[in-house]
Amino acid sequence: MALPSVETLIEKLIQALKPYFPSNLPPVEQPIIIGIETGGYWIADAIHRAIAPETDLGRLNITFYRDDFTKIGLHPTVKPSNLPTDIDDRTIILVDDVLHSGRTVRAAMNEIFDYGRPQRIILAILIDRGEREIPIQADIVAETIQLEPGNHIKLDGPEPLQLTIKSKIDHVS
Amino acid sequence: MSANNLQLDDNGKLQHFLSIEGLNQQILTEILDTAESFTSVTDRVIKKVPILRGKTVANLFFEASTRTRSTFELAEQRLSADILSLNVDTSATVKGESLLDTIHNLEAMQIDMFVIRHKDSGSAHFFAQHVRPGVSVLNAGDGQHEHPTQAMLDMFTIRHHKQDFTRLRVAIVGDIMHSRVARSQIHALNLLNTAEVRVIAPKTLLPIDTESLGVQLYDDLEQGLLDVDVVIMLRLQKERMRGALLPSEKEYFNQFGLTQDRLRRAKPDAIVMHPGPANRGVEIESSVMDGNQSVILQQVGFGISVRMAVMSMIVGRSGLQAGE
Repeated sequence: MALPSVETLIEKLIQALKPYFPSNLPPVEQPIIIGIETGGYWIADAIHRAIAPETDLGRLNITFYRDDFTKIGLHPTVKPSNLPTDIDDRTIILVDDVLHSGRTVRAAMNEIFDYGRPQRIILAILIDRGEREIPIQADIVAETIQLEPGNHIKLDGPEPLQLTIKSKIDHVS
Repeated sequence: MSANNLQLDDNGKLQHFLSIEGLNQQILTEILDTAESFTSVTDRVIKKVPILRGKTVANLFFEASTRTRSTFELAEQRLSADILSLNVDTSATVKGESLLDTIHNLEAMQIDMFVIRHKDSGSAHFFAQHVRPGVSVLNAGDGQHEHPTQAMLDMFTIRHHKQDFTRLRVAIVGDIMHSRVARSQIHALNLLNTAEVRVIAPKTLLPIDTESLGVQLYDDLEQGLLDVDVVIMLRLQKERMRGALLPSEKEYFNQFGLTQDRLRRAKPDAIVMHPGPANRGVEIESSVMDGNQSVILQQVGFGISVRMAVMSMIVGRSGLQAGE
């Protein structure tokens, strides 16, 4: 299965997100872009550089909020969360690479609300691969794909950013 | 006594935290790295993460404690645990049978994790041997044996200020014989490949086995402090003194008290640490304790992150690899 180039997909997200950043607003009133570690943060970083480099860029490490924490454990190598101190009443653009079960986004939103009460959260996703387990949908999706059962898709990076499909068996080994 | 097998599960992950002895460098570094990611939780509006949500932690303190107990409780609360703190009467002789009874009674209350401090060396280990599978025990100080979370918060403080252990000269000063903190610190410093660990104490306050721990011994404070990067002062444990180990507190201060003058023998950017509670004017001069080289209060704050890290690693031990 031929996968689209990551650059093309990021460009799609950039075009779709531009209207959320009116040029007449000062940086402190612009939306805050927040990427979910690790892949989502790479995408968020690219969007941030293209659209609103003068605003704060946030990073979320949702490990502590995962509903399967006791099963998958900790990853001290992943960088800790770092959000701009005040997110109250702001618009947040939440960015992730792959939307699948929806659990990651749920965990991310739980964490965001522990930092404050945003006015609105927009979910922007590079690849929506379907198969949701909870009712969460993205506002902006660059590409929708369907995978063979047992396969999963992964974003490698940060340089270069590249999508690969792996079978579950490869992944475990 | 080997706590080795008991502390680690079949995959080499932490299931109890009883002593630094028996652990490895990888686990120690993982604790420090994890603690690093918890420091930011304190800066947030809601200082909580849901890692221990629905879990119950019992804090059993058979011996007095202020810092350790309150930072354990805060760490548990910031991890969203339900907590139960028991101050067990220190005057009662709590040993063997009665300690077992305590364990079984608490187990009937479905406790997931025990934090225990007890005056008998090896008590946390004993506890860990008798809890049900899946229940974890953390040692908050057992007799004169170990106090591993204190040692890890000290390592965290040192790394925060000095980064690389392999270039450091660290001096531990004072009542080594009675100090479980010192024992844990020495093991941790060695596991982290510290260039040189010095122990400075009157001969009467050195335990017999210190040399086997791989440290340099000094019975002269001024010689021992020369060019060190880190000075760790220990509390003179008056309550554990038996027999004529010291002439007087004043005499002790004259020979082993850390004063501004003596601190000048260490490197100019040396940091001064103390696990607390400190006896001002006995082991440390007030002006040093409050001085700009002192990181004593910082240690207390770091204690929360380090204890959060250890508890999270225990709860998340069955972790494989994350993935969408």
